[in-house]
Amino acid sequence: MTTRKIVLTFPENTVTKPITYKLVKDFDLEFNILRAEVTPNIEGKMLIEIKGSSIQIEKGIKYLIQENVSVQEASKDIILDKEQCVHCGVCTSLCITQALSLNKNSFKLIFDKDKCILCGLCLNSCPVNAIKLKI
Amino acid sequence: MAKTIEEINEKIKKGSVVVLDAEEIIDYVRENGIKKTAKDIDVVTTATFGPMCSSGAFLNFGHSDPPIKMTKVLLNNVPAYAGLAAVDVYIGAAELPESGDMNYGGSYVIEDLIAGRPVELKATAYGTDCYPRKEIKTYITKETINQAYLYNPRNVYQNYGVATNSSSRTIYTYMGKLLPHFGNATFSSAGQLNPLLNDPYFRTIGIGTRIFLGGAQGFVAWYGTQYNTNKERLPNGTPIGPAGTLALIGNLKHMSTNYIKACTFYGYGVTIFMGVGIPIPVLDEEMVEFLKIKDEDIYTEIFDYSVQRRNQPSYGKVNYKQLRSGKIKINGKNVQTGSISSYSKAKEITNVLKSWIKEGKFYLTSYVNPLPSEEKLNNLDILSQEEIL
Repeated sequence: MTTRKIVLTFPENTVTKPITYKLVKDFDLEFNILRAEVTPNIEGKMLIEIKGSSIQIEKGIKYLIQENVSVQEASKDIILDKEQCVHCGVCTSLCITQALSLNKNSFKLIFDKDKCILCGLCLNSCPVNAIKLKI
Repeated sequence: MAKTIEEINEKIKKGSVVVLDAEEIIDYVRENGIKKTAKDIDVVTTATFGPMCSSGAFLNFGHSDPPIKMTKVLLNNVPAYAGLAAVDVYIGAAELPESGDMNYGGSYVIEDLIAGRPVELKATAYGTDCYPRKEIKTYITKETINQAYLYNPRNVYQNYGVATNSSSRTIYTYMGKLLPHFGNATFSSAGQLNPLLNDPYFRTIGIGTRIFLGGAQGFVAWYGTQYNTNKERLPNGTPIGPAGTLALIGNLKHMSTNYIKACTFYGYGVTIFMGVGIPIPVLDEEMVEFLKIKDEDIYTEIFDYSVQRRNQPSYGKVNYKQLRSGKIKINGKNVQTGSISSYSKAKEITNVLKSWIKEGKFYLTSYVNPLPSEEKLNNLDILSQEEIL
């Protein structure tokens, strides 16, 4: 059994299809929706954690791609532009999981991607636009 | 034994000056005591790096042929104030482009100029006998124009409040994004590194004091707008909330985008991160008493920014050690905190200033005139012509 966190982007026409239902039924995958922005006729995004055997996960992902759903590893989606960051730390006040924090000694910003659940609360908080969502 | 600024400058000249920053002095005093610190240490460097909306630059473009008395001026489509002589303007950091777009503005024009990037200049005029031209469109850089200097009417707040939000919706403020139901709290001060908290009664900082401004050497020009001496103070001299401010001046052409940076607060507008460093001479033991303050000795008040009034409800006082821990308690609830002002950049500036002083590139100044010891803060009330008298 493995667990993977992935971001699904649904094109407009697939939003209404019961894709997640198929994942459970046909591929025996357990999954947890961590975040979803799905509106009919608009491109939808969903952050899910899937649990199952690696073979079943691979098969499930293949199915999703066939259905024109783009699949990305979740932890790769939030980008911290270190060139732009001034280490003020205002984003840390919005980060529920403490994926964004200031180093206790250097007071420089640390982004721990493993802790990030891609909730997106930090996204429009950065005054120098150093935090970006890459989708 | 007391030291004078002349004696300290003599040591800078000889290369024997001893400089610590406002963080290092804390441990030094703890280990060596007040007396020995006053004797051993000559200068303490302080700094801050935070958004300071009340900033801007005076520019003189030089004259075109035929010349123009510019009436309406746009720099990369951002309006600059031109109610001055023919080709003088003031570009304010918080100015937005006419399109209302909030991702670019005056601060970005200033940053572009500092970086040496070309800026589009468009101007119109009514035309006079001496200035016949009615419009112009060209490009400028900091090299092609004449004077370009920052004049910031209000920088370096001596302490500031904490912002939180009790309402049920997210609000977007100059203190950042504030989540509903006390979802977070933001603050904006360098705390123990802040220049005016290390010299709380302005014994050494005054009009004419030479400073670090945006990577260049600048000066304190005046006391800042909204300067207020009536704020409640702790026995260590630090005010509990915003009090003193400084008006600063410095040559834009010598500045660096590493220490001055345009920024945008979503839903609020554009502003500018200003890096300011001020050296404080360790004249005597009293100065050491001021300089030894640490984050836990400095308090400020928590305000509810969802109340759209001049006076917002207060949720009590906290110190900067608590604020920097990442969590404070508001009404018994744990609330995550975040700073708008960068401690790490402020620390970097204290180190740059330290090396300038040690290398003999920066000499200390005595002020030309002290900052006011009495100045109250007025409010703007809506009055008729009769009522105001």
